[in-house]
Amino acid sequence: MLSVFLQVIRRDLLLAMRQKSDVVNTLFFFVVVVTMVPLGIGPEPALLRDIAAGVVWVAALLAAILSLPRLFANDYADGTLEQMLLSSEPLSLIVLAKAAAHWLTTGLPLTLMAAAFGVLFDLDVNSTLVLVASLALGTPVLSLIGSIGAALTLGLRGGGVLTSLLVLPLYIPVLIFGAGSVGAASSGVGFTAYFLLLGAFSLFAAVLTPWAVAISLRISVE
Amino acid sequence: MLDAVNLTCERGERTLFAGLEFAVAAGSMLRVAGPNGTGKTSLLRVLCGLLEPRVGEVRWRGRNIRRQREEYWNDLVYVGHLNGVKDDLTVYENLSVAQAIAGRDMQDATLRRALDAVGLGGFEHTMARFLSQGQRRRIALARLFATTTAPLWILDEPFTALDQRGVAALSQLIASHCGNGNMVVLVTHQDVAIDVQHQQHIELAGSAVSVGEAAC
Repeated sequence: MLSVFLQVIRRDLLLAMRQKSDVVNTLFFFVVVVTMVPLGIGPEPALLRDIAAGVVWVAALLAAILSLPRLFANDYADGTLEQMLLSSEPLSLIVLAKAAAHWLTTGLPLTLMAAAFGVLFDLDVNSTLVLVASLALGTPVLSLIGSIGAALTLGLRGGGVLTSLLVLPLYIPVLIFGAGSVGAASSGVGFTAYFLLLGAFSLFAAVLTPWAVAISLRISVE
Repeated sequence: MLDAVNLTCERGERTLFAGLEFAVAAGSMLRVAGPNGTGKTSLLRVLCGLLEPRVGEVRWRGRNIRRQREEYWNDLVYVGHLNGVKDDLTVYENLSVAQAIAGRDMQDATLRRALDAVGLGGFEHTMARFLSQGQRRRIALARLFATTTAPLWILDEPFTALDQRGVAALSQLIASHCGNGNMVVLVTHQDVAIDVQHQQHIELAGSAVSVGEAAC
């Protein structure tokens, strides 16, 4: 069982490494959005500090949505998905592996890059660390919930727009608590509650979404 | 062993076949024929459990396949008309990943032997994007050579894009698979002679279906 999980992650990472453009597109989008906002708003340090977490989180969320269509579309087009559906291993495990690989190629790099953006927005070290930690805890939810949207809209024309419509409302709590944790930390309220909630969202999503995705995939492939 | 009971399949308002009944016994082969668009692929997908029949059920060892999905799929190898081959993986990686996804053993020796058997020996480390259509098909078919222990093979147009020697090797493999007491269901337009003692034919033609026995 573990072997399927690891093999699927390994395969997806290998494919991501060999066709870099997909991953690079997502990361480039993230960098462009985050760096353009201060240019548009103006160089007022206090203002930038206030909006930093929100901007980084919104950009991460949009970047994740941008990368969702490729989650299952390629496997669907070349027939690999059919073979996944006919596996004697649980489909939800394969799905969890795909979501994990998606996080490793989008969520994780976004989180690491956010550390550099702390400087751009004049955040102090503490707030930057909180921002990075909130992304580390929250971005898995983006991949997991996003995979439901990607599975439901598989094979539909204009699926991309529909995916965002389906998935965005479910991303909102993560956005609120993720960005909120940085504000709470800098105002001295304490961010523990925010982190606990983000962690709970991630665990909740890790348990329930693979199962929902597995069902959606079976319906989409019919 | 594999029984179709009163199968009816609809695709977008159109009934492809209705009341289809047949049984495939151990050691026999079922050949599905019929013009384009009569539901051959749909029938195979129903038999695999990828598609729900409108009415009826498919039984494996006497039980509905829906009640024993994972056990059934462990016994089944399906080669569809899509190869499931990734351009950016090497030939060897493609086969080993496909076996891993199916939840099967992926010992190095087995995989290499299978690749040799389909004539891809020496291409192990070639990226699949550089292969011809027929060679990609061979990667998909290598799964059969690597999984001769699975009691049921369902093959959708396995001979397309293969050269004459490929066709001969595959029909020989199918014959020996059936000879070992396993079952093969296949769709093919080519008139390939396969040396299996117990053969059945299903001719799908609109809603008229004829089931016939043939012995070679």
